[in-house]
Amino acid sequence: MVAAVALAADEAERARGRRAALSFATIAVVLGLPLWWKTTETYRAALPYADIDGLAQQPVQLVVPMAVVFGPGSVPGDLPRPLPFRDVQEMEISVNLRASVTSRYEMRYRSTTGQEEAALAAATAREADAALHLLQDTTLGSLTMYVVPETSSLLPQGINVYVGKHRSALVRAVGSLAALKARLREVTQVMSFTAGSIAAALSDRVPDSQLSPDARRYLKSSLGYEITFSLLNPDPKSHTVDWDIEGAVNRYVRPVLDKLSLVANFSVDSQILYYAVLGVTPRYDKESSSFLLSAHSLPHVINPVEARLGSSAASLYPVLNFLLYVPERSHSPLYIQDKDGAPVSTNAFHSPRWGGIMVYNVEAPASPQASLPLHVDVDMARVMEVFLAQLRLLFGLSREEVPPEFLLEGPGNEGLADWELDHLLWAHTVENIATVSTTLTSLAQLLDKIGNIVIKDDVASEVGLGHPEVYQAVASVQSAVTKLSLGNLHAAFQASKEAVTSSERAFFDPSLLHLLYFPDDQKFAIYIPLFLPMAVPILLSLAKIVRETRLRKKEPTKMD
Amino acid sequence: MAAVLVLLLLLAAGPGPGRADAGRERRDALREELLLSPLPTGDVAATFQFRTRWDADLQRGSGTDHHLLRYAVLPREVVCTENLTPWKKLLPCGSKAGLAVLLKAERLFHSSYHSQAVHIRPICRDASCLAVSWELRQTLTVVFDFFSSGQGKKDWSLFKMFSRTLTETCPLASQSKVYVDISPKNKENELLEVSPPPTSVHEAIVQGDKKTYAVYDLLSPSLFNTSRSLNVQLKWQRPQDSSEMPIPILHAQRYVGGYGLQTGEICTLIYNTHPYRAFPVILLETVPWYLRLYVHTLTIITKGKENKPSYIHYEPAQDRRRPHLLEMLIQLPANSVTKITIQFERALLKWTEYPPDPNHGFYVGSSVLSALVPSVTAMKNMDVEQSPLFTSLFPSSDGSSYFVRLYTEPLLVNLPTPDFSMPYNVICLTCTVVAVCYGSFYNLLTRTFHVEEPSRGGLAKRLANVIRKFRGVPPL
Repeated sequence: MVAAVALAADEAERARGRRAALSFATIAVVLGLPLWWKTTETYRAALPYADIDGLAQQPVQLVVPMAVVFGPGSVPGDLPRPLPFRDVQEMEISVNLRASVTSRYEMRYRSTTGQEEAALAAATAREADAALHLLQDTTLGSLTMYVVPETSSLLPQGINVYVGKHRSALVRAVGSLAALKARLREVTQVMSFTAGSIAAALSDRVPDSQLSPDARRYLKSSLGYEITFSLLNPDPKSHTVDWDIEGAVNRYVRPVLDKLSLVANFSVDSQILYYAVLGVTPRYDKESSSFLLSAHSLPHVINPVEARLGSSAASLYPVLNFLLYVPERSHSPLYIQDKDGAPVSTNAFHSPRWGGIMVYNVEAPASPQASLPLHVDVDMARVMEVFLAQLRLLFGLSREEVPPEFLLEGPGNEGLADWELDHLLWAHTVENIATVSTTLTSLAQLLDKIGNIVIKDDVASEVGLGHPEVYQAVASVQSAVTKLSLGNLHAAFQASKEAVTSSERAFFDPSLLHLLYFPDDQKFAIYIPLFLPMAVPILLSLAKIVRETRLRKKEPTKMD
Repeated sequence: MAAVLVLLLLLAAGPGPGRADAGRERRDALREELLLSPLPTGDVAATFQFRTRWDADLQRGSGTDHHLLRYAVLPREVVCTENLTPWKKLLPCGSKAGLAVLLKAERLFHSSYHSQAVHIRPICRDASCLAVSWELRQTLTVVFDFFSSGQGKKDWSLFKMFSRTLTETCPLASQSKVYVDISPKNKENELLEVSPPPTSVHEAIVQGDKKTYAVYDLLSPSLFNTSRSLNVQLKWQRPQDSSEMPIPILHAQRYVGGYGLQTGEICTLIYNTHPYRAFPVILLETVPWYLRLYVHTLTIITKGKENKPSYIHYEPAQDRRRPHLLEMLIQLPANSVTKITIQFERALLKWTEYPPDPNHGFYVGSSVLSALVPSVTAMKNMDVEQSPLFTSLFPSSDGSSYFVRLYTEPLLVNLPTPDFSMPYNVICLTCTVVAVCYGSFYNLLTRTFHVEEPSRGGLAKRLANVIRKFRGVPPL
C-alpha cells in the first residue's frame, strides 16, 4: 500500500520533471533565441531594393523639342494639315540593355514670322544663322530647323543642309513631306544624338560587337577633368625649349573650357620634364634621312613617360595628358607613321581616354657648328591646334561622320558650337543614369551578400530615404529620367550629376567598413559559454523524455 | 643604424630674403651643391642642396592670408626609398645628370643618419618686392660612418660613399659645386689632403665658426678636361687624435617625466653655452589633444630662479579637432640651462581611435626652437646670391648673429590602453555565470525527488567506520 502510494507520488514527480524540462526547452527556443538574435544583430537601415532594381529596368526616353519652320515657297505640297501643327516621331535605340532607350522628337511645324523671313533674306547662310540666333529658343537640347526653298541661294551648290553655330540648321526643301522628314531626321541626329553616340556612352554595359571602334575612345562622364600639358625635353644639352603655355591656354583652351564648364569642372596645369624619353627607339630611314616611329610601336611609347607625369595620383578626376615631345638631337627629325607607312601630317597621335602626344621637331641649325644648346621657341598655335582637335576627339565631338551634303559652320572663337555641347550633354546624361543604376545595384548586391556590414541611416539616404544617400541617389535618377522625358536637358543633366555624387558617396561610405571584420562564426564562438551549458541539459532531458515515452508505449503489453 | 627623417614643408609666411640675379635668361634657375664635411667623430656628413627658382604668379593679390597658414607635424615615419623617389622627381634633371647621380637609394639609406627636406617659399624678384618668384629648396643630409666600416681608417672618397662618381653636369644648372670642409682643427698643421686639387678655396663663417672649403666647380671646363669623372678623395696625413666634440652654442633636450599613468610632465632643457651673451629664443610646442596640458603648472627655471617669458601665446586643444599650441619667447642668460616643465594628464580615447599596437605608445611631435644666436667670431655681410647655398637658407641680417632653428627629439608617451579583448571576456564571464545559475535552477526544477530507504551510508560514513574499527570503537 505504502509502496503503491510512493510509486504514484514518484510518477507524479517524474511527470512534473518532464513538464519542467519541456517548458525550459520551449522558453529557450521561443523567447531566448529570438532575444539573443535581436540583441546581437548588426544595425542595417532599410534599403530601397525594389527601387534600385527598378532603376535598371527603367525605360529612358530622350525627348528633343524641335521646331520646323517653313520659309515662303518651301512648304511641301502634301502636308496633312494646315500649318501650324504638331507631330511626334519616336525611335527605338537598341543598346541591348534590360532597359530600353527611346528617342522622341516632338516636332512643331509652323511657317516663318516676319522677322525670320527678314533674317532668311540675308546673303549668306552664316549671316542668316547669326540673325536667326536672336529669334530662337535657346534652351539646351532644343532645335530649330529652317526649311528654305529648293532654289534658295542661301546654301551653296550641292549642299542641302547647313548647321549653324547655335541650335539651328537651314534645310533645303525637297518635294514631299516624307523626303523632308528623312532629311530632318539626319540633321537632328547630327545635332543631338545618334544610336551610336548613345551606345558609346553606355559602352561599358554594351557588348563589344555592337560598338564602333571609336566608342571606347571617349572619356567617361565625370564630375571633373584635369588637363595636364607637359613639355618633354629629353635632351636639355642640345635644346633649350621655351613655350608660352600660359598664353596659349588662355587664348585657345580657356574658351572651350568655359563653354564646357556646364558639363564638368576643369583644371589645367602644365609642366616641363627633362630627360623624359619615349620607351621606343625610332627606326632610321635612309631615304628621307629621318627617324620613324611606326604605328604599332606607339602603344609602348606611353608607359615609360607616364611614370614621370605623376599627376594622376594627386587627382580625384580623370587626367587628360597632352604631351609635346621634342626629340633628342640624335633622333631628329622624328616622324610618326600610320598603319600604311605614310607619315602622319600632324605628327601626333592620341590614346583613348588618356590624352595625346605630339612630336615637335626642331629644325636643324644651318651650320653644324652652331653652339649648343639650341634655343627653341615653340609655335603654340600649331601645337594647340592639334591638342584642341585631340581634346574634341576625346570628348566624342569629332565632325567626321557627317554626310557630304552637310555643311557645318566652324565653332569660331568659342571652340564649340552650342549643338555640340548638347550632343555631349545628351550622352553624359544617359551615361550618368546608367552609372548610377550600376553603382546602386552593385552596392545593393554587396550589402545583400555580406550580412554583417552595418548600414547607418546616413548611408541609406544617399540612395533614397532609408539609406539617406541611397534614397537621394534614387530620387535624383528618377527626376533625371522624368526631366529627360519632358525634354528638359539641362535640369536632367544636373539631376544625373547629383545622382552620381550621392551614389558614389554611398558606395564609398567609410562606415560600411567598420564591423566588416566581425564575422558570424566569431559571434557564435563568443556565446558558446552560454549556449553549451544551456543546451546540453535541455537536449539530454529531451532525449530522456523521448526514451521514456517510447518505453511506456511498450510497457502496457508487457504488464498484461 | 638610427635613421632619422625630418620631412618638413615650410611655407614661409612672407617673402623671404634674397633677390633674383639680374640678367638671367631662364625663367627657372637651378643651383645645386654638395657639401662634404668630416665630423669630429670620424664620420662624414654629406649635404645635398638643390635650389630651383621660377617666376610664377602663383600668389596673386597682395600679402598673405594668415588664416591659411598651417603647421603640421608627423612625429615619426619610417624612411625608405618611397620618400626619396618623389623627392628626386622634383629635380629638373631627375637623377640623370649633375650631382643627383650620386643619390643612390641603397647607399643613402645605409647610413647612420638621414634627413630630407623640402622648402617652398616666395622670394622677392627685386628690391621693391612688387613681384615674387618661387623658390624650391631640397636638402638631403646623410652621415656615413667610415671609422667602423673602414678598418679604423678615416679616408674616404665620393666613390666609397655613393659608389658612383660625378661624370657630367646638369645642363639646366646655373651653378653646380662641390664643397669640402678642410678647415684645420688646430692651427699648427694641416692634417687633411684632398685630391684632385680643388678649383678654388672658399672661406666663410658658418654658424659662428670660421671654415675653409675646397671648391670644385663642375661647370668650369677645366675640371673634366683632365679626367672624365670627378672622384673627390680625402686623406688624413697622420692619424688624427680624437678631438673633442665641439659643443654648439644653442642646443636642447626634451623628455617625458612623471610616473604612473595618471599625470606626466614634459620637460625641455635649453642650453646656452655662449660665454657672455644672452639671447632670446622662441619655443613652439604643439601637443596632441589627448595629452591634456595644465598651463598653470608651466614653470621656467634658469639657474635656480624663475624665468618669466616675455611673451606667451597659448591655444587650448579641442578634442579630436585641434592640438595644444604653446609659443613662448624666453630670454636665455649667458652660460645657462633653462628648464621648462609642464604637466599633463592622459586622456582616454575611444576604442576605435587606438592605432594598431597601441602599447607601443603615442608620438608627440618635436618642439621647435628658433633663435638669432650671437656669433663668437665677427662675420662679414655677404651677398646672399654669391654665397654657397648652405649658408643662404636663413642668411644673417647683420654680422653679429646667425639664425638657428632646432627641432627637439619627438617624445613617446604611453596612454592608458584598454584591454581590447575585454568586451569578449565580459561576455564570456557573464555567460558562464548565467549558465551556472541556470544549471542549478534547471537541476532543481527538473530533478525528480523520491524518498529513499537509508542505506549503509555514504562514503564518509564508511570511511569513519573503517577508522573506528581500527581504533576499536563501535561503528556509527
